[in-house]
Amino acid sequence: MARELKNRSGSGFSIGMVLLKMRTLIAFFAVLVVFSFIAPNFLSITNLISMAKHSAIWAILAMGMTYVIIGGGIDLSVGSIAGLCGMLAGGLIIEGLRLQIFGIVVYFHTPLLILIVLLIGAVLGSVNGLLITKLKVAPFIATLGMLYMARGFAMLRSGGKTFPNLVGNPELGNTGFPLLGAGKFIGLPVVVWLAIIIAIIAAYVSKKTPMGRYVYAVGGNEDAAVLSGIRVNRIKMGTYIFSGFTAALTGLVLASQLVASHPATGESYELTAIAAVVLGGTSLNGGRGTITGSIIGACILGVLNDGLVMVGVSSFWQTAIKGMVVILAVVIDQYQLKKQNEAALKEQSTAA
Amino acid sequence: MPDSNANLVMEAKNIYKVFPGTTALQEVDFRIYRGKVNVLVGENGAGKSTLMKIIAGIEQQTSGSLLMYADGEEPKEVSFASTRDAVKVGIGIVHQELNLFSDLDVAENIFMNKEIKKYGSLYIDHASQVKKAREVLKRLGQAVNPKSLVRDLRLGQQQIVEIAKTMIDEPKILIMDEPTSSLSIQEVKVLMGVIKDLKREGVAIVYISHRLEEVKELGDYITILRDSRLVHSGLMKDIDMPGIIQKMVGRDPKKFFIGQEHQCGKEILKVENVTLPRYGGGYTIDHVSFTLREGEILGIYGLMGAGRTELLESIMGLYDKAEGEMWLEEKRLDTKDTKERILSGLVLIPEERQREGLFLNLAVKENLTMSSLFRYTKVVHILPDLELADVKKTIKDMAIKVSSPAVTVNALSGGNQQKVVIGKGLLTKPKVLLMDEPTRGIDIGAKSDVFEIMNTMANEKIGIVFVSSELEEICSMSDRILVLSKGKVTGEFNRSDATEEKIRKASEVGHGVTISV
Repeated sequence: MARELKNRSGSGFSIGMVLLKMRTLIAFFAVLVVFSFIAPNFLSITNLISMAKHSAIWAILAMGMTYVIIGGGIDLSVGSIAGLCGMLAGGLIIEGLRLQIFGIVVYFHTPLLILIVLLIGAVLGSVNGLLITKLKVAPFIATLGMLYMARGFAMLRSGGKTFPNLVGNPELGNTGFPLLGAGKFIGLPVVVWLAIIIAIIAAYVSKKTPMGRYVYAVGGNEDAAVLSGIRVNRIKMGTYIFSGFTAALTGLVLASQLVASHPATGESYELTAIAAVVLGGTSLNGGRGTITGSIIGACILGVLNDGLVMVGVSSFWQTAIKGMVVILAVVIDQYQLKKQNEAALKEQSTAA
Repeated sequence: MPDSNANLVMEAKNIYKVFPGTTALQEVDFRIYRGKVNVLVGENGAGKSTLMKIIAGIEQQTSGSLLMYADGEEPKEVSFASTRDAVKVGIGIVHQELNLFSDLDVAENIFMNKEIKKYGSLYIDHASQVKKAREVLKRLGQAVNPKSLVRDLRLGQQQIVEIAKTMIDEPKILIMDEPTSSLSIQEVKVLMGVIKDLKREGVAIVYISHRLEEVKELGDYITILRDSRLVHSGLMKDIDMPGIIQKMVGRDPKKFFIGQEHQCGKEILKVENVTLPRYGGGYTIDHVSFTLREGEILGIYGLMGAGRTELLESIMGLYDKAEGEMWLEEKRLDTKDTKERILSGLVLIPEERQREGLFLNLAVKENLTMSSLFRYTKVVHILPDLELADVKKTIKDMAIKVSSPAVTVNALSGGNQQKVVIGKGLLTKPKVLLMDEPTRGIDIGAKSDVFEIMNTMANEKIGIVFVSSELEEICSMSDRILVLSKGKVTGEFNRSDATEEKIRKASEVGHGVTISV
């Protein structure tokens, strides 16, 4: 019944409108087609898998960011949290956890270590959330502060040095960390599977659960949300915790891929994540956007990046092109919104 | 023709204004006479404000013409692309809502965007602005200091500043849209004096008000709009009060409001000694107590700033600083948590529906169930069929005009948006419904729909607290009326002994005029 309804409301829109709505997907295929002509070996399995791997990292970060932005916030700290979490993981593998009181050093099994680091990411996210909901710090400022703090602690963890060779020691039972970044399952990298699992859960929550709908409500109109009995602070906390979690996962994956953790890892990743979200049609004003859009946005950025490298475009141009793409996306988004409102008004006036 | 064209300064002919989905004005003529008070009346949504916005250049008519008359000249057709054009020919408008910058001083507000400049545009000559502002304020009979911040002024004084802002342009035509809606009796008297002076100076006043006694006393000419059409225009002295009301509502005024007495059951809500401290000392709500019975409509009347909205919001647990005790069906409400209050059976239909009631970029369906999702949720999953069934039923029961539940709510007209807000509240299955100005700014049809819903709910044993600043509405809908003034209860009347006069008196207790410098 719900599907029938959607079709009916869609029939009022023109084909142009449908194309506009699907523009991110169209843009994605356009980028794929263009590169498959101009870049040799672009469509080879190895290259596709490598691009999927890159895009998956962006997508994971972008999904956390999507929730925060739909909820009316912004999270600038994800890149630094990824860096810090990578360092913490590296430190735990190389140095272990020194418990001075007992005079022992604890080395964790890899799965437990991953869980601990993910938890730390979530806790850092909840610090963002507390600053924003309880202390009423503007999201931009709170997460900017966290950006500096997390990066600072990442540097402090090793004095600015890299933790190399994170393979673990069989005697300590903490091997296997590189599998997270380099491992494969049914032909696809583990990262891609992780992205898919998170995508399914995130999309489901945003569309089919009260929690998801409340995020849209809080971002769309906070006052009305309060009066509707929505616990606004809890919803906001939830979005920042999820964002912190995705940042930690990104940090772990990056450290695992390099088999080393460097304190500068993840710098400016927050901006790429925001770009992916915006490319996917999510409004920075909150209350509007989709998980699928952000995933496609992340894929466009991933493919664009790799494609330009393969064609041999200089990295300076790559940066400039990325910027143009993001701006263009927002301009088209505004145009679509205007058209969509006009169409809705028109349809409503013929109905009423 | 009520008067010779000699005194005509402006005429609007055959004006049409079409908005997406509604026609706000059709075939409307309006004449404005020099040195007279030209009254424009009509129900909410009749098109008064739209007509004034067209005359003041804020909106443009879809078709029709505006003519300006000058002594001994042929009438000249004018068109205004913006308010600037209208100001140039001498038209000023004082809006219903205050459009002031509260952190700037009075003189800065008066000269906003028409600053007295020196050295090209490099320097604002604030000293001469203050001097001129003082002159204008004196002319308006107000000893307001041009250097005080607007936020420090009383509401009545702010209204005067709003008028002064327009006076600085020496308008030939001054449009006043509900200038007295927030003023006390004394402040209204001051304003009446100002209007008489302006009249003597030959300014044409266009006066819009809901307070018909005021209009009757002040007006020279009257124009009545109903449902976007012109229904009457002529001299004020040729029409009496019942005649005005009759023409405004288009039916017998007594039959317009579908008020009825309700069977009241046992006590359902008890509110005791609610206080809300005001920022800077004193109370916004000053020890208010009342009770509400099942199926009863309790009207709450009061002027702007009487604390009506804050009282309802305190009952919903929106203020941490509010104190006092409340019982719903003998269960004490302890925590100040809006969600818990909703779950226990209270719901608020807020005054500003777009700001506090709606999620404008979400669909009608999602808006309707936003407060009651818990009833459609299994563990964490929203059951779409269950939700849609209730949404469709609500749309049908409340006669919401919408082509599909998936339409975004910002495409709806004001009346239908209001029904969505009420529907959202009713889907929580409340025991007590708190309604804050539920009929503000919606058309007559939607208004009587809202009243019908209220009566139905009362008959289903829901207790209703109904806040309104429209006296007639309060009087006809309520079983009992509570009057607030300055946060205190200053009167309580039963349906049988309530008169508009008594209620108005009670609402003005404590409003004295103090001219501050």
